[in-house]
Amino acid sequence: MDSEKLIEMYRQMLLIRRFEEKAAEMYMMGKIGGFCHLYIGQEAVAVGAIAAIRKDDYVIASYREHGHALAVGTEPRRIMAELFGKATGISRGKGGSMHIFDAERNFLGGHAIVGGHIPLATGVGFAINYEGKDQVVLCFFGDGAVNTGVFHESLNLASLWKLPVIYICENNFYGMGTAVTRAMAGPEMYLKAKAYDIPGELVDGMNVLEVWEKVGKAVERARHEKIPTFLEVRTYRFRGHSMSDPALYRTKEEVNEQRKRDPIVTFKQKLIAEGILSEEKFEEMEKEIKAIVDEAVEFAEKSPEPPEEWLYEDVYA
Amino acid sequence: MATREITYQQAIQEALRSEMRADPTVILLGEDIAGGATTVDEDAWGGPLGTTRGFIKEFGKERVRDCPISEAGFVGAAVGAATTGLRPVVELMYNDFLGTCLDQILNQAAKLRYMFGGKAKVPMVLRTTIGAGLRKASQHSQTLYSIFAHIPGLKLIAPSTPYDMKGLLISAIRDDDPVVDFEHKLIYWKKGPVPEESYTIPLGKADIKRPGKDVTIVAISRMVDFSLEAANKLTSERIDAEVVDPRTLWPLDEATILESVKKTGKVVIVDESTPNCSMARNIAAIIADKAFDYLDAPVKCVNAPPTPVPFSPSLEDFYLPNPDKIFKTVMSQFKD
Ligand SMILES: Cc1ncc(C[n+]2csc(CCOP(=O)(O)OP(=O)(O)O)c2C)c(N)n1
Ligand SMILES: [Mg+2]
Repeated sequence: MDSEKLIEMYRQMLLIRRFEEKAAEMYMMGKIGGFCHLYIGQEAVAVGAIAAIRKDDYVIASYREHGHALAVGTEPRRIMAELFGKATGISRGKGGSMHIFDAERNFLGGHAIVGGHIPLATGVGFAINYEGKDQVVLCFFGDGAVNTGVFHESLNLASLWKLPVIYICENNFYGMGTAVTRAMAGPEMYLKAKAYDIPGELVDGMNVLEVWEKVGKAVERARHEKIPTFLEVRTYRFRGHSMSDPALYRTKEEVNEQRKRDPIVTFKQKLIAEGILSEEKFEEMEKEIKAIVDEAVEFAEKSPEPPEEWLYEDVYA
Repeated sequence: MATREITYQQAIQEALRSEMRADPTVILLGEDIAGGATTVDEDAWGGPLGTTRGFIKEFGKERVRDCPISEAGFVGAAVGAATTGLRPVVELMYNDFLGTCLDQILNQAAKLRYMFGGKAKVPMVLRTTIGAGLRKASQHSQTLYSIFAHIPGLKLIAPSTPYDMKGLLISAIRDDDPVVDFEHKLIYWKKGPVPEESYTIPLGKADIKRPGKDVTIVAISRMVDFSLEAANKLTSERIDAEVVDPRTLWPLDEATILESVKKTGKVVIVDESTPNCSMARNIAAIIADKAFDYLDAPVKCVNAPPTPVPFSPSLEDFYLPNPDKIFKTVMSQFKD
C-alpha cells in the first residue's frame, strides 16, 4: 500500500476520534440530547473496511455510525449539525446521532432497531444483482445483532441468492451491559457462516491494515464471484454503551488492558517506526483536524432550528 | 402500614418484588434486566432505566434472566412458559421493538385461549415503555398502545401515577390473561403517595383524577398530567374540567367515561399516539354512539400528529401534545 493511503487511513481514524471527543463534550454541555453512542476504540473497523471499497459501493450501519459516515466522507459539520438537531443536519435534524444518512455517498444510514438493517443490506445486494451492476454492500452491526432472527434469515438469503454483501460484525464483546459470552451460544461467531455455506473469518479490528486486507478479499469475492462473506471483527469500545452508561459491568483493568490495543496509537507507532510520517507531521494533522472539528461545532451552533412545518414533511414522497 | 411518597419506577419495583416474594412462579425475562451481571458486580445495570437493579441478588439468576437480543425468542418463550404454569413478566425495553416480536403477541399470546376453546391460558405480563420527549428519534419514542388495542385477547394498562402503577401491575401479574403494561418513560421519576403493602387496582376501572362539571377531559398516561395542568389554567376562564384517566385501555371502563360526559356535555380526549385508529378516536366513537344526545359540542381529540417522532428537540416539542394545546382545544368547545 502506498504511504499516502496509509496516512489517509490514519487521518480518518484521528478525525473520528477527535470528532467524537468533541461530540461527547457537547453532550455534557447539554447541546446534544437523546442517545449518543460513541465509536471510540473501534475506528479501525470502519476506516479499514471502507478503505477497501469504491465510492459507488454501499455502506449501512447501526446507531453507532458516526465513524462510518465520516469514513465515507460525509462532511463533519453536517454530522455535527445533525447531532445538534439543526436544520442543516445531514438528515435535516430529523434523525440525530443514530440516524445519519448520506445519499450522495451511498451511505444508507444508521439504524436503531438492533438487526433491523441487516435485511436492508441484503435487499440492496439483491438490487445490485438484478440491475446487473458490480457494486458491493458493507453491512456493519454489533455482536448483539448476531442473536436476532433477521441476521440468520439474511445470511441464508444472501447465500441462496448469491448476493454481493459483506456482513461485518463489530464484536466489541458487549451488547449494552451483557457480555457476549452470556448472550451467545457458540461465541466464536465467525463460525456461524458455515451454517449458511459462506466464507466466515475472524479479523483483528484493532489493526486497520488487517481489516483493510481481509475486507478487501471479501469485496473481491463479492464483486467478481457474487459470494457473500461474514466477518467477525474483534474490537472494543472504550466508552460506555451510550453517554448515560457508567459501564459498571466491566472492570477498569479490562478497559485499561484493551486501551493498550488502541488502534490509533498502535498505527501511529507503526507509521513512525517505518518512517512514513514524522512527529511534526502528526502535530500538523492534529491541528488541521482540530480546526475541522471546531468549525463543525461552530457551524452546528450557528445553524437554524428546523421550522415547525418540517414536522409534517418527509412522511411521504 | 404507612403510605409514603415514592417514584413511578419504585412503584414498579415494589409491585414486582412483592409478587416475586409471594409467588415463586413469577419470573423476569428481558435484555440487561440483571444488568449484565459479570464478575464486577452482580447487578451493574438493571435495564437502561435501572428498574430491576438489585433483583438478581434477591431472586437469583433463575428468576431474573438476562436475554440476548432475540425478542421473538424470549417473548415467545414467556408465552410458552405461561401456558404451562409460570407467570413470566417479560420486558420489551421500548415498545418500538414490538415489530421484532409481534407474531408472538398477536398470533400466540392473544389467540391461545380462544383458539383452544378456553382450555389454554397465558398468564403473562409484557412490560414496555412508551413516550416521546427524550430526543430519542423515530425508532425509540413511539406510543403504540393503540396497535395493541386492536388485538382481542390482550389486556392493556397505561398507569399515570405511582399509586396506579403499583396496584395495576400487581393485578396484571395475578391476571390469567396476557397483559401489556405501558410505562411512560417521562414519568418514571414522578413521585406520589403509595401504600407500603401490596394492593390491587382492578383492571378495567377508570379513575377520576380531578372532578369537574363543565367539560370532560379523558387523558391517557402522561397526558393526565398535562390535562391536570390545563384544567388548572381553565379555572381562570371559570371552566371546571373533569379529568378522567381510563388507566386500563382494555377492558375499557366505558361506564365511568360515559357518566362523566353525560354530566358535562363536552369532551376532549388526549392521547399521545398518532391519530389514525388511536385510543382517542376509539373512545370518541364510543361516546358518539352511546352519549350523542348528551353532547352540546363536537367530540375533540388531541393526538400527536400523523408523523414519525422527529429527533430535533424543537420539532419534538412541536410534535407532542401539551397543556396549552389541551387548553385551546377545550376553549374551542365553549365558543358558540
Ligand atoms: C430490537 C432491539 N432490541 C433491543 C434494543 C436496545 N439496544 C440498543 S443497542 C443494544 C445493544 C446492542 O449491542 P451490539 O449489537 O453488540 O452493538 P454495540 O452497541 O455493542 O455496538 C440494545 C440491546 C434495540 N435497539 N433494538
Ligand atoms: Mg457490542
